[in-house]
Amino acid sequence: MSLVELHAIHKSFGAVQVLKGIDLKIDEGQVIALIGRSGSGKSTLLRTINGLETIDDGTIMVAGKKVGDHDTDLLDLRLNVGMVFQQFNLFPHYTALENVMLSPQVVKKQSKAEARAIAEEMLTKVGLADKMTHYPDQLSGGQQQRVAIARALAMKPRVLLCDEVTSALDPELVNEVLAVVRQLAEEGMTLVMVTHEMRFAREVCDTLVFMHHGRIHEKGAPEAVFANPKTPELANFVGGLAG
Amino acid sequence: MAYQFDFGSILPHWKLLLDGVVLTTELAAVGAVAGVGLGILGAWARSSRIPVISQIVAVYVELIRNTPFLVQLFFIFFGLPALGVKLSEFQAAALAMVINLGAYSTEIVRAGIQAIPQGQIEAAQSLAMNRVQIFRYIVIRPALKKIWPALSSQVVIVMLGSSVCSQIAAEELTFAANYIQGMNFRAFEVYFVTTGMYLVMSIVLRQILKIFGNFLFERRHHA
Repeated sequence: MSLVELHAIHKSFGAVQVLKGIDLKIDEGQVIALIGRSGSGKSTLLRTINGLETIDDGTIMVAGKKVGDHDTDLLDLRLNVGMVFQQFNLFPHYTALENVMLSPQVVKKQSKAEARAIAEEMLTKVGLADKMTHYPDQLSGGQQQRVAIARALAMKPRVLLCDEVTSALDPELVNEVLAVVRQLAEEGMTLVMVTHEMRFAREVCDTLVFMHHGRIHEKGAPEAVFANPKTPELANFVGGLAG
Repeated sequence: MAYQFDFGSILPHWKLLLDGVVLTTELAAVGAVAGVGLGILGAWARSSRIPVISQIVAVYVELIRNTPFLVQLFFIFFGLPALGVKLSEFQAAALAMVINLGAYSTEIVRAGIQAIPQGQIEAAQSLAMNRVQIFRYIVIRPALKKIWPALSSQVVIVMLGSSVCSQIAAEELTFAANYIQGMNFRAFEVYFVTTGMYLVMSIVLRQILKIFGNFLFERRHHA
């Protein structure tokens, strides 16, 4: 059984149908990139996986459990599914260390010492051992995003969702964040990312999912997808990137 | 005939004024703490997903904000005994102030909560926090920080509004002033001094709120 199984996911915002029947299985250790044009539904799809978007129809299974829309189900789900956002979303009134410690303490009821040890470990892992007592507004965008990754990892999720994690960064700060994501992929973390960094997706992911008009249009290994697009839409998308 | 000022005529009554200041301070303290507390609860309930709760709070807020404080006070002190609820002057005055400040601060705190970016909430949700945890750890402190100046002003307004409570013979500062004026007929001197005392109390209260705000929102670690 796959770690995440999406079946026939439908979602509309008002009259606009954003997801028109998505089937997707994500195995443990798999690294998937969702690619496609703006408005193709890739971010919405990502957000359904941890219940930030409700779905109109279909089923979501995570770690063998069906996700309902009861609060307790969602909390269970989110223990398994971490998320990193485009805008970092660090809590401004807490230091980097406190941002990472908070949820292990209040959600998992870990002792302060335990939470602190994990937080220090995770911040060291993302290269921010020397920034633990800094507040978010004292950090660069790249550093903030790495704190956000550490914060998600401290909950020990089984899958990490990355929603355009470098899109809000200045170009010179993109690589430090991608390096951390790459490291996670190499360590075997299950990753689902929405990204516009095609070169990175190609190098790091084992599966590319091309979304178009709310459907999975094509899916496959990065080399195949880029070298031999089977549909004109993907050829067009890939060609547009090269040009 | 020119009026002869005689501020000395107030001196024999200094104890009354002092008692008034003490009672006003007590009313303001109870009103501020419980009123702001009620406001935070109200703002929380206002954002409830259960429509009935949110609507009840909305009705409370509009009812209080669109009626005079004096009438609210009279209703509590003279009206409620009809239902068997008999309150002392102090209790009625304090309750009226709490209810009044509660309504205004509900709206002020709600504005602060609405100013919290949705991304903050989503990040907390993605970390598996429940609604209470999100409110307590993520929302309330930044929200209060944003609206602290407005909230402080409202607390001062309510403290000054306590002068209305002289109308039900709560023996606060204005009551004391009226009483003294009734004995010595020195209206100018009495109200001049009383004005000064309110002014000082306002300034002191503002400073206390500012210091408390700094304490509440200060950064405890420095890089």
